[in-house]
Amino acid sequence: MAAKAFSEVGKEAIAAKGWLHSYKWLLLRRLSQFGVLGLFLLGPLAGIWIIKGNLSSSLLLDTVPMTEPVVFLQMLAAGLMPAVDAIIGVAVVAGFYLLVGGRVFCSWVCPVNIITDVAHWLREGLGIRGGARFSRNLRYWMLAMVVLLSAITGSMAYEMFNPVSILHRGIIFGVGFAWSVVIAIFLFDFLVSKRGWCTHLCPMGGLYSLIGKFSPLRIRAEQRDACNDCMDCFAVCPEPQVIKPALKGAEKGVGPVIVASECTNCGRCIDVCSENVFRFGSRFNNASVQVEKIMSEKESAQQV
Amino acid sequence: MGEQRGKSTQMSRRQFLVDTARTACGVGLLGLGIGVYSHRASALPADALRPPGALPEEDFLAACTRCGLCVRDCPYDMLYLGEMGDDVPLGTPYFHARKAGCEMCEDIPCVPVCPTGALDHELTDINDARMGLAVVSDEETCIAFLGLRCEVCFNICPVRGDAITLEKKHNERTGKHSLFIPTVHSEACTGCGKCEEACILDESAIRVLPKHLIQGKLQDHYRKGWEEKAKAGQSLVTPDIEHRYNLPEGVRYDHGGEGLIMDSVDPQESSNNAISILNKGLGEQ
Repeated sequence: MAAKAFSEVGKEAIAAKGWLHSYKWLLLRRLSQFGVLGLFLLGPLAGIWIIKGNLSSSLLLDTVPMTEPVVFLQMLAAGLMPAVDAIIGVAVVAGFYLLVGGRVFCSWVCPVNIITDVAHWLREGLGIRGGARFSRNLRYWMLAMVVLLSAITGSMAYEMFNPVSILHRGIIFGVGFAWSVVIAIFLFDFLVSKRGWCTHLCPMGGLYSLIGKFSPLRIRAEQRDACNDCMDCFAVCPEPQVIKPALKGAEKGVGPVIVASECTNCGRCIDVCSENVFRFGSRFNNASVQVEKIMSEKESAQQV
Repeated sequence: MGEQRGKSTQMSRRQFLVDTARTACGVGLLGLGIGVYSHRASALPADALRPPGALPEEDFLAACTRCGLCVRDCPYDMLYLGEMGDDVPLGTPYFHARKAGCEMCEDIPCVPVCPTGALDHELTDINDARMGLAVVSDEETCIAFLGLRCEVCFNICPVRGDAITLEKKHNERTGKHSLFIPTVHSEACTGCGKCEEACILDESAIRVLPKHLIQGKLQDHYRKGWEEKAKAGQSLVTPDIEHRYNLPEGVRYDHGGEGLIMDSVDPQESSNNAISILNKGLGEQ
């Protein structure tokens, strides 16, 4: 399969389903990302306090505390016993992402994703190749380093560096030099490494992957028999390695659910597929192909 | 065939070890960099004060998530989060006393909202807060020391009369007036910063600084004699014996007055030289 020009990716889907349906999940995702920022900004800008604080810790409607798991982990590693609010808060956040998919944070909430998506779009559009390559497991090493660093220094050392919290806090509380972080991350993903930050390095992505290990909401390659090998889903996916087992595993008896927890549930594969192979669904009923065939044969028999 | 397979697994094991070591070194190096940077960037400047109830600085940096909820719940908007480029540890809350001190709300709204306890929830009486300590830092410009009436710091103090008192001293310059010297008492000062904010000078002569930078400490063994005496109800050392001069008969000594006084001196035997009188007296004994 020859690699397609980046500008051609998604054309088939647009032709088959129309523009809106080919960008549905991307648009919803941007709406969510900017919506979350908007909710946080509504307080300081308009005095409407639906949510207070920032991604590190916040208070929803003055009642529900939320605390970011990576921050919480650093606190524990630094040797501090957090107060009750933080414990409830981390349970709320971790519980939510445990249900909807850990890395839903990355693709639907995190403001850095907007920057890295733009960088990736430009990089591919301009045909920039090469650069540094990192293992996708690096994020788990980074996570271990962050925790270890907290334990050694006895403080949340990584929070001095964390682009995610720096950017979000910068937007909500005053930018200062936080824009330099935006530029750094953008240039890194644009020139240095393809999908370098979110897909390879970010320790928050690492922890959210672990949290979403068993999350019930998953993407399913339900109609994988209809796949025409256009490769568009691989081209747009930030974690393309997660697609293959589900999409191409029918013969090996692998079920159609994308079970890898690195999948961010961004839904871009659903958008870009002209054959409607993918859909959101549950991780259950992940029956292998033989069972599926029997089931579908039964169904068609009933219909006849 | 079998040999080849063995070789290839060996190679991949070797590759695995090399890759792992490379990753570990790379991440370790980055960690070292972040660690050193964060350590250097964690120093709180002396003029930045933490909100009430803040844990000791080291623990505070371990507990504060930098969420800014304390900043949001401060009704007077005098708390700030350290922005990138500020010299305050990134994202942590602080205030500058000269800009705006803590108003010492009775319900301390900034403390219970802290999700982690970086601001200690045990603090329920704002008078127990110790955000810093005031110190009259410049006696040359404080106009009270010049003999002028000011007392603004004394009057604005939320723990008026306890944290700052006015000590009366004699005005040597005029010879007949008093100086009303503002004096800080650490057992009552909350470090709210209102005195520094209110000081009428162009540059405040009273400052609120982190306690550890300015507060002295007596050695543990140190005892104040007069306090011990009051506690025991009597002196704990052997009482001083009453002082007396060893003078010849008929001679007295008036300290700070006339000096030697000779009550009954035979004019013929006497000399005007006091030393010779003393010598003579000793010789007679």
